[in-house]
Amino acid sequence: MSAGTTLPDQARPVLLRGVRTHWDAVRGNWVLLAPERAIALDEIGAAILAETDGETPFGEIVERLAAKYKAPPEQIATDARRFLTALIDRRMVEALP
Amino acid sequence: MSDPGTTGAPANPKPPMALLAELTYRCPLACPYCSNPTEMTGRKAELTVEQWADVFGQAAALGVLQVHISGGEPASRRDLEEITQAAVEAGLYTNLITSGVGLTAKRLKALDAAGLDHVQLSIQGVDAAAADEIGNYRGGFERKMAVAGWVREIGFPLTLNAVMHRRNLDRLEETIALAVELGARRLEVACVQFHGWATLNRGGLMPTREQAVRARDTVAAARERLRGVLVIDFVPPDYYARYPKACMGGWGSVGLNVTPDGQVLPCHAAASIEGMSFERVQDRGLKEIWRDSAAFNAFRGDAWMQEPCRSCERKTLDRGGCRCQAMAIAGDAAATDPTCSKSPHNAALRAAAEADAVSGAALIYRESPA
Ligand code: SF4
Ligand code: SF4
Repeated sequence: MSAGTTLPDQARPVLLRGVRTHWDAVRGNWVLLAPERAIALDEIGAAILAETDGETPFGEIVERLAAKYKAPPEQIATDARRFLTALIDRRMVEALP
Repeated sequence: MSDPGTTGAPANPKPPMALLAELTYRCPLACPYCSNPTEMTGRKAELTVEQWADVFGQAAALGVLQVHISGGEPASRRDLEEITQAAVEAGLYTNLITSGVGLTAKRLKALDAAGLDHVQLSIQGVDAAAADEIGNYRGGFERKMAVAGWVREIGFPLTLNAVMHRRNLDRLEETIALAVELGARRLEVACVQFHGWATLNRGGLMPTREQAVRARDTVAAARERLRGVLVIDFVPPDYYARYPKACMGGWGSVGLNVTPDGQVLPCHAAASIEGMSFERVQDRGLKEIWRDSAAFNAFRGDAWMQEPCRSCERKTLDRGGCRCQAMAIAGDAAATDPTCSKSPHNAALRAAAEADAVSGAALIYRESPA
């Protein structure tokens, strides 16, 4: 995997065990909680992870978000792929084939 | 009182993210670099399950997201499972920081049922001879390997924590390989920080400059090679760095520590600062302690800083380094961290480190309280 992590359209991303989203009521935002890490999520990050269920293929996540935010799918695909591959590299997300 | 260009402690500091809950100072191991204070309270003074449950509830309301359940060895408490469950019920993300000794397959299953999120297992060396010399506990290494197996069976995410020093830095590659073999997601390569018991063992543990340089290169290469397999966090040996490491995101900024007997500290080593007193959860609310106590406000903002930090452009990055190290070496907790090349104490510190690195000093082991 060291030659750059890839995330094909048919792969189904899923949060690894011990990694979960959490509504931070004190600060008023979503956070991603993981071993020794708490990462504040913006709206789009939270929306991507809400669709990241290990069932839905990446391509379909992109379509859903593009419809929801009325944004061009290519743009969403680039952002979501960057976001999720970074989490794969950090051992927080896994892409099921 | 404050100069133009400096700020005092804010009236309403941002809420903390993390709580270090030291359940007990008792531990079957005797690592000579233990960060616990050299004077420790025993079992009789430890907070009860109910008191911890109350602390966790207050912490969550204050904004804490994660709790690090630590010690000493937290498994030395038979009610660890109940305490963990209380943290889960408060809505906190739970990390168990353990040496593994005292854990069994049964206890780990109970921790799983309680809702534990993550296990951080320390290793003292890559084989029994090396590990048990440091832990001074025969059979410790074997037990850790068994614990890693049970952790994997249950499916907990695993972090391996390896404290590195002169005696084991040359085996860093093997340490990384062991983390991969045990299925860890994360490895912390933490070069020993000279707090607590480690201050008594500078001669026994100080790495050489060459080891420090090599460790940095080894970690960089392994990170590249193991991307997507193993995440490596690296704490370099700061005695050979040009600038100090940043103080945990800032004193009174990110985390707080509750000791076995209920004292609330800005960091685990803060008890080493002479003249600083700490409030207890039995006497005052966690929120009030976080916001108002003298200990937490002592090094918030930057009006407390002295030269050269006060006018240094890096002061927002490293916040003047470690207060505990300033206390230990410069004799003044508000001084520039002596590991900074701009500190007037730096030349002496480096010379002492280089002398320590070639000294053959024997290890002084940590003692466990009753
Ligand atoms: S004062 Fe030193 S020991 Fe305490 S958190 Fe800061 S850097 Fe760490
Ligand atoms: S002088 Fe102070 S602020 Fe500047 S780099 Fe050194 S420790 Fe950091």
